[in-house]
Amino acid sequence: MILLIKICKIPFHYFEFVKPIENVLKKLNIEFITIHYNDLNPEMFSKADKVIISGTSLKDNSFLDDVDKFEWIKEFEKPILGICGGMHILGLIYDGKLKEVQEIGLSKIYFNEEFFGFNGKTEVYELHNLCVESSEFDVIAISEECTQAIKHKDRLLYGVLFHPEVRNKKLIESFAKC
Amino acid sequence: MKLAALFSGGKDSAFATYLAREHAHEISCLIAIFSKNPESYMFHTPSISKVKKQAESANIPLIIQKTKGEKELELKDLAAAIKKAKDKHGINGIVTGTVESAYQVSRIQKICYSLDLYCFNPLWQKDQFELLKDLIENNFEIVITGVYAFPLDETWLGRAIDKTFLDDTIKLHDKYKINPAGEGGEFETFVLNCPLFTKALEISDKKIYGKQNSWTMEIEVT
Repeated sequence: MILLIKICKIPFHYFEFVKPIENVLKKLNIEFITIHYNDLNPEMFSKADKVIISGTSLKDNSFLDDVDKFEWIKEFEKPILGICGGMHILGLIYDGKLKEVQEIGLSKIYFNEEFFGFNGKTEVYELHNLCVESSEFDVIAISEECTQAIKHKDRLLYGVLFHPEVRNKKLIESFAKC
Repeated sequence: MKLAALFSGGKDSAFATYLAREHAHEISCLIAIFSKNPESYMFHTPSISKVKKQAESANIPLIIQKTKGEKELELKDLAAAIKKAKDKHGINGIVTGTVESAYQVSRIQKICYSLDLYCFNPLWQKDQFELLKDLIENNFEIVITGVYAFPLDETWLGRAIDKTFLDDTIKLHDKYKINPAGEGGEFETFVLNCPLFTKALEISDKKIYGKQNSWTMEIEVT
């Protein structure tokens, strides 16, 4: 089972930032549970084989005030994929720092190694004002502006700044099946 | 939250507006862009003047913005309309019916961010068959007002989006890769009735023109 954690403060953002991820998992017939980070409980973690943490809208940074609610990431031993805001959380949990960088729309990024089915130059959909940098992670992809994909040096933690649920659904499929 | 809906009169913007209201947001106004360019990258043009009738039926104020429809310059007109909605109605955000176009959605996102507004795109990446089913289940009465792809012809004009239409578009999708919801510009639609409206609109007059696989039905509604 995949635990899909949403970070949107306004429930109406679900349709844009969470449902497209659900649709990818549904097409693969992969069981998942979608839950807001405020409603997590220990039983969910014991049942989950993997975790995906969603992104949210440009104006919704409320999750940044709640990063302490994600301390469980340090204890969870299975794979986690953080998307946009989800990537910010992964970096911040490991002493990362946020930088202001805005990218909106389609852009070209470069993967320096194979990453869930992607390598080299790739077109992605971006929607962010911030990026995160943490020395605990290796940088796997970059755009002209900033880091786009990261992998923890020792753990199964992966982050992408772009939104793979838009133009790179295969990335979510590969993560779900790995 | 008080929202303005970018409203073309077609099924996607109407359904997105409906979803916003269903999620307890107030639709303070509709924004309709009248483009003089039928090839606009941003805005759908057929039957848009009938949006006035839709807004009246929905009892929602309408902001009309005209644009020459030149690429990128039309964004300034859109931004002006959204700013007007913010100044006049005190909106906190925008709702759009964008499904697939990264070009459209990214430009609207930028405008909203520059005006400190939320941007909601509840149909973003939505499965096209699911969208048609949702429209039918939620009693949207929608008529086809334009077809612009092979093998669609004038016999499709005036058809309602119903179970038969859904079945037919599934067949077209399997054979010709026609997008069932018309997101690729294959269809233009007009909403005659939906849960937002206080009364159904009726077609009082129609004019059909076109050739081969590009046909338009201009309608008058009352």
